[in-house]
Parts: sequence; C-alpha cells; structure tokens
Amino acid sequence: MNSLERILVPFGAVALAVLFFALFVALAGYPPLDVFVLLYKGAFGSSFSWNNSLQRAAPLILTGLAVAIPARAGLVIIGGEGAMVLGGLAAGVIGVYGATHSPLLAQVSMLLGGALIGAVWIGLCGWMRHARGINETISSLLMAYIGIALLNHFVEGPLKDPNSLNKPSTPPIPEASMLGLTPGFDVHMGLLIGVVMAFIVWAVLHFTTLGFSLKIVGGNPRAAQLAGLRVGRWIIGSCAAGGAAAGLSGAIEVAAVHGAANASLISGYGNAGILIAFMARQNPLAIIPVAILIGGIGAAGGMLQRRLDMPDATVIVLQGMAFIAILASEAVMGSPWRRIAQRIWGIEPNTTPVARAPVTVEAKSTLLEAV
Amino acid sequence: MSVEVESLGWLGVPLAVFAGAIRVSTPFMLVSLGECITEKSGRINLGLEGSLVMGAMAAYAASLKTGSPWIGLWAAAGVGAMFGLLHGLLCSLKRVNDIAIGTALMLFGTGLAFFLGKPYIQPKAPNLPSIPLGAWIDNPQLANALNVNPLFPFGIALAFFLHWAFKNTSWGLKLRIVGDSADAALALGYRIIPARIIATMCGGVLAGLGGAFLSLYYPGSWNEALSSGQGIIAVALVIFARWQPLRCVGAALLFGGAGALGPALQAAGVSSGYHLFNAAPYVLTLLILIVSCSPTRSLQGAPGELSLTRS
Repeated sequence: MNSLERILVPFGAVALAVLFFALFVALAGYPPLDVFVLLYKGAFGSSFSWNNSLQRAAPLILTGLAVAIPARAGLVIIGGEGAMVLGGLAAGVIGVYGATHSPLLAQVSMLLGGALIGAVWIGLCGWMRHARGINETISSLLMAYIGIALLNHFVEGPLKDPNSLNKPSTPPIPEASMLGLTPGFDVHMGLLIGVVMAFIVWAVLHFTTLGFSLKIVGGNPRAAQLAGLRVGRWIIGSCAAGGAAAGLSGAIEVAAVHGAANASLISGYGNAGILIAFMARQNPLAIIPVAILIGGIGAAGGMLQRRLDMPDATVIVLQGMAFIAILASEAVMGSPWRRIAQRIWGIEPNTTPVARAPVTVEAKSTLLEAV
Repeated sequence: MSVEVESLGWLGVPLAVFAGAIRVSTPFMLVSLGECITEKSGRINLGLEGSLVMGAMAAYAASLKTGSPWIGLWAAAGVGAMFGLLHGLLCSLKRVNDIAIGTALMLFGTGLAFFLGKPYIQPKAPNLPSIPLGAWIDNPQLANALNVNPLFPFGIALAFFLHWAFKNTSWGLKLRIVGDSADAALALGYRIIPARIIATMCGGVLAGLGGAFLSLYYPGSWNEALSSGQGIIAVALVIFARWQPLRCVGAALLFGGAGALGPALQAAGVSSGYHLFNAAPYVLTLLILIVSCSPTRSLQGAPGELSLTRS
C-alpha cells in the first residue's frame, strides 16, 4: 500500500460523504450550497471562527489519541467520553480543594489528576479484556455511561456549589489557577498540550521498541506471547495511556474553559474522538488536522442553527456519513487499484513476493529477538 | 405510577421493580433477540443503538401522521430493516470491521433521528394500547403492574419460536452453520453473505420495534434523551444469555428490574443517589460480563465466526 493511496482514499471517501450529505440536505429542504458556505464560514471563514474551531480541536486531539493508542494494540475503545467527564470532575475537585496557593502547582495537579483517573477508568477496560476476556468495545461504552452517571451524581449532589442555581456545578476554580493561552494564539493552553501529546505519542509509537512491541501485540497476540511479551501488560497499559489522554482533555476543558465541573463536560467530544481516530487511520500526527476539521464542523453547527434554522444534529449526520464512508473505503485499499492499473497500463505490481508473504509466527519472534 | 407507589411507601419499591421488570424489559428483550439472530450468523451489530433510536423516531412520526400506533410499528420495523441492510452490506465488503461499522451506524442513526425527529418533540402521538392482564385482581397497584404492552407477549412468543426454530428448521440450522464455520457452510454450498445480511436485517427489525416501544408505550413520547444505551446493553445481554433466546428473556427481565430501581426509589422518597441508581443496569451488565466471561476458554455456545469472542 503506497502512501499516496493512504491519503487519497480517505479524502475520496470524505468527498463522497459530502456529496451524500448535500443530497440529504437538499432532500430535507435546505439549500445545499448555502449549507456548505456557512459550514466554511463558521469553521474557517474568519479569525474568530478559526479560534472557535481550534478551541474545539484541542480536546478532540486528545480524545482522538484515546482511541488511536489502544488501536495500536488491536483494541477498539469507544468509551472516551466517560474518562473525559471523570477527568474533568477530578480537575474541578483538585482545582478547588487542592493546592490553591501556587497556580502552577494547581494547574499541574489538575491536569495530572484528570489524566490519572482517565487512565484508571479505561485501564479497567483493558484489565477486563485481559483477565476476563470481555470485549473492550462494549465494556468501555458501559463504563462511559457509569462515568457520566458519577459526574451527574457528584455535581448535583455531594460536590454541588450552593450558588450554582441554573446549572449544578462544583465550586468555581480560582481565576489564578485557570490555564492561560497557547503562545501566539488566542486559544487556551489545551491546544499546545494536545499538539505536543500527539507528537510524543507519534514518536513513541514509531521510533521506540515500546511502539514496536505494541504493534506486535496488536498484530498477533500469540506471536507476542511467544516472543516473551507480557500481552496483558501491553493491553492494560495501552488502554490506560488512551484513558489518560481522554482524562487530560476533560481536565483541560474544566481548567481552561468551564472553570468548574458540570454537565457541559458531556459534550460528545469523547465520541467524536472515535471518528477522528478512524479518519486519521489511527495515525497520531494525522489526528491533528482531522481534529481541527471536525472541530471546525462542530463550530459551524451553531451557525447552521442560527442562519438556516437547521437542527443541531445536522453536523452529527455529516460526521456519521463521513465515518461510514471512511470505514467502507478500507475495502478499496490495496490490491484492486494495482490490479486495475495492471490491466490498463500493464504496470507490474511493485510489491516483491517477499514483502507479500505473510509474516509467520516464527518470523515475528525472530524479529523481536533481534530487537 | 409514581403516585400509587407513594401511597404504598416502601412496600411500593419491590412492586415497582416487578412492574418495571415487565415494562422496562421489553426493549431489552426485543433488541437482544434481534442481536441473537445476527450473532448466530457470525456477525455483531453494535449499531443497533442507532436502529433503535431511528425506530423510535419513525414509529412516533408515523403514529402521529396516520393516527395509528400499529402503522408506527411497521414504520419502525421498516427503518430497522434498512439500517440492518446497510450494516449487512457494508460488512460484506473486504477488510471492513463489523464492530467499527456498528459504532459508525450508532452515530449516524442517532444523528439522523435527531435531525428528522426535531418537529416531533412537541406533538402528542397516539400510543400503543395496553393489555389489562391484571383486571381480575382487586388490588389496583398490582393490577396496574400487570397492564402489559402488546410487544411484551410478542417478545416472549418470539423467544420460544426462535428457541425451537434454531434447532428444528432448515434455515435455523443454516444460520448456525454459517455462524459457526464459514468453511463448513461453503462446503455445504450455503451462500454465506446473503444469510448474514438477512440475519442482520432481522436484528435491525427487532431493534426498530424496541425503539417503537420506547416512543409509543413507555415513556411514550419522542425526545433526544429517549434511549439510554438500551441498544448497547442488549448486545452485552446476548453474551450473558449465551446466545440462547430463552435466556435472553430472563436477562431482559433482570435488567428491566434493575432499570426500574432508580425511579422506584425516587418515588419512595430517596432522591440523593438518583443518578447512581440509574446507572445500576450498566454496573450490573459489567458485573455479569466479569462473572460469565473467561479469558482462557471460548464462551460456551458462542458462534465460531464471531469476532467478538476472538482471543
């Protein structure tokens, strides 16, 4: 599979989804052209909308990583929303009751606390997968519902600030402890943290033995076991790392945007992360532009609502169509193109027989021994 | 409901849980029976949550437009079949992961239902009638608890039928072979992909009907917070039920009871842990999965082709 194809096919899939969306919008009685113009204007048409899009992209990068890291180990985790809201709750509690005298210490402890609880939450799904053989997709989604229930319980119950009347919240975090702006941007620090994390994850996955081992675990758990890798640790560890990213995104939302933990945390960012990771083909660096794109579409949703009186679910429909198209495009990856090219131009496939041969268990374990 | 429970005080809680087991269990039962058919064919459809929400919306809209809740049921079944067909076709493509497609259809189905269902949030559509099985009992609370919806006996009958049909009909056997071993099915000359697509469509129909129950019987209205993951819980229930239709009914009743615990306690005056009690079904699902799954042996009764139970 060449790299051009890896870029072109997802783009083609998104283009197809956009076409379907235009058709859908037209059938629903809205002017498709106006919808797309507004989508562009609302997402990237002005510096204000750019800031709005980037502000939304910041948590989305992290929730995308929350899916992409376990995916390296062959796991489909879709419960990032739960880890995210609990990370936000932890940050809200630490920001108020923790070390408030030093803003820097408060900020660091809020972010670490959020990441920690997220790691435990999704790490549990990894444990259930390894120790009890429970499908991680289902368990992580159930854990998300439990996490959201816990947030609602604490925010409306034991941790409720009596002064928050309309919207039950935890007490507000002191102004001094709130996160500042990313240097050079009018967007909070979360953007910088997200981008840096994406680069770190990319580097670890691509250039270290850590990333290589994880790939082996994802590719063939039996081979990994034969090679002496403790599969369970890798499964739980990758889930915990993903959960940490989701928890961190929730903590950032509280420490930079909301200023207190409340139901605003249940924003769907965790769910959008699934789409983003799949669109980016689980590549941490590709997650950054995709998150900005999806954040932009989300930012433009409000504009569609105000200007054309469209339902707020419009952007979910577009996201859903893009998601389906991206997944289905997997089927045209690889061989068919070459076969077509071969038939038309008589081009020889450029893969050598050696590269085509399936990697056997023995080959994988010798590879690992070499490492 | 809540008024009657209040008059009974604490004694009302077990009664409400019993009534809830009957009332709340219906969508769990229908969706899990549908998923049972789909998984028997060797595929898993996580997108049933999307089919369920779409079914709820379609049923409500159709009932409102035509004035007949029964036409609403047909609409829900049709929409569910379409979503099942979409899942079945997409998963028949090469290298397409059924779990990921299910997740995408979950997002798409809920988004589409919220988009198309916006105009139906306010108006009141005619609901399904209930069958007063308890009319002969003097105690009004108990009689009320036995007011069952028409989809409940349908679900029970369907479970018995499937239990019989999986073993005793030729298509039941075909379905099981396709799900257990694609190689064996090929050797016998069965067409695997059409069988799986039809099985997924059946699952979609039942998920749509489960959604119709939500919007046309209990709670009996359409809004965006209607489903709370019934579609996804039902998928987990099938694992717990070991792919046996009759056990699906038992599991659904258990979950209906757990789901009714929160509202019942709230009605009895316990308001503090409301959200926690509402999370009871999810916790229960996880605990049941932890107890019933095993990392070392494949699950008893699991279809061999199912990606869900890969190790």
